[in-house]
Amino acid sequence: MSFDSEFFNIGYLDTLAYRDTLVHRIDARTKLFVTGLFIISVVSFPAHELAGLVPYFIYPVFLLAAGDIPLKAILKKVLLVSPFVIFVGIFNPLFDRHVVMSLGGIDISGGWVSFASIMLKFVLTVSSALLLIATTSFVGICEGLGRMKVPDVFVTQLLFLYRYLFVLLEEAFRMVRAREARSFGRKGYGVKPFISLISVLMVRTFQRAERVYGAMVSRGFSGKITLHRTGRIGASDLAFGTVFTVLFLLLRYYDITGAVGRIVTGGVR
Amino acid sequence: MSHHIIELRSVSFDYPDGTRALQDVSFRIVHGEAVGLVGPNGAGKTTLIMHLNGQLLPRSGEILIGEVPLTKKTRQDIRRSVGVVLQNPDDQLFMPTVYEDVAFGPTNLGLPAEVVRERVRQALEEVGCAGVEARPPHRLSGGQKKAVAIAGVIAMKPDVLVMDEPSANLDPGSRRHLINILKGFTHSRIIASHDLDLILEVCRRCIVIHEGRVVADGKSEEILLDERLMRECDLELPVSVQFSRKTGG
Repeated sequence: MSFDSEFFNIGYLDTLAYRDTLVHRIDARTKLFVTGLFIISVVSFPAHELAGLVPYFIYPVFLLAAGDIPLKAILKKVLLVSPFVIFVGIFNPLFDRHVVMSLGGIDISGGWVSFASIMLKFVLTVSSALLLIATTSFVGICEGLGRMKVPDVFVTQLLFLYRYLFVLLEEAFRMVRAREARSFGRKGYGVKPFISLISVLMVRTFQRAERVYGAMVSRGFSGKITLHRTGRIGASDLAFGTVFTVLFLLLRYYDITGAVGRIVTGGVR
Repeated sequence: MSHHIIELRSVSFDYPDGTRALQDVSFRIVHGEAVGLVGPNGAGKTTLIMHLNGQLLPRSGEILIGEVPLTKKTRQDIRRSVGVVLQNPDDQLFMPTVYEDVAFGPTNLGLPAEVVRERVRQALEEVGCAGVEARPPHRLSGGQKKAVAIAGVIAMKPDVLVMDEPSANLDPGSRRHLINILKGFTHSRIIASHDLDLILEVCRRCIVIHEGRVVADGKSEEILLDERLMRECDLELPVSVQFSRKTGG
């Protein structure tokens, strides 16, 4: 599939999920739970928190190392989304000019600190979510969600989203290529052709949906999709879940960074 | 009661926009028969296929599968015995992995897990695709997609197999593979195609549809070799026949 490798490379994360490492073998539900807890505890820190967030890097780093995932693959995707988050936080330094600390003679305002905090939270949560997919596969996650009693409607939606994302994007690229072939540089790139392109794509999508539904009822579909679920939660899953749950809670409720700092500075003194 | 028999009695259908799609179509297909359905673009082949498992219901006329008339009420049951393979495998392979997709039908039939597993294994083996179970459909070649789509239907063990353009978009090697699969089946088969050579090779009987009507029904060798009839229906002689006539073979 050409666009898959050249343009978006969406499927790449999924190919990583076929590896067989300690992290890959852990049950999807355990990883889902741990990652969910991770995200909640990271996001729940107050707006100006920096030091408390840093130790959380242990989780993505652990997944990365133990799951044998190339760092570049994850970094690229994090960078791809970063503009959105930068825009969310970029005005903080303008609004909040109250100086909260001073580093080597440079005054740092509360706005910059909260901006840095937003960026930290973003990198932590997005990278761990990407790593979850890279170590579990999208289907694995859907399966896990289904077994965690998430309503079938949502799981089915996610499965179809994943399956037809590729088909739909390919269709869109074919149309774009067809337009390019006949627009000779300038004409054909305006708003009007774009609108008709999009609307044709939408109509085609409806038609496809009808055909897919036809194929589903032809094979006895009656409202529920059953995935063939395998695996159960074992000792290693429990260990993984417990260790990280305890760790995240500790990091959230005790000022570990501060404590370590006091021990270190106390030792120096 | 055998479900292997399909009978259409003067079936007519038009689309909501008024397009006449089928007019007074009648034929009867018996157990184990392989029937080719040919006709130019827009002749009504796909519309006819959608009638065979009740995705569309006739405006007038009657369809019998086995002895059962096809109605809104009976179509759920009839879909168990009539398996339809669509033209575009991307429309048909909607599950995230090959295994899940082939298992979709048998699971919906309510079969126990071991039976489903065995059916999937068997079906994939029959189409020469054992070993791709864990792959997502978007990582299959065109030929593999087609084969897996067929496996997904035969895993339900239908009595009748209906296919819309099975050889479309296949390279010659995959097409040959497909023809061998089709020849190996013992189901009653209805194959709609423009690939007249495929029909000639797989189907002993052939039905020609033109502008929504059945214009010929009989032995493939006679119908497909009837040059005048073929030309009238915007078709032509199968390539193999053209070639042998040209070389005087």
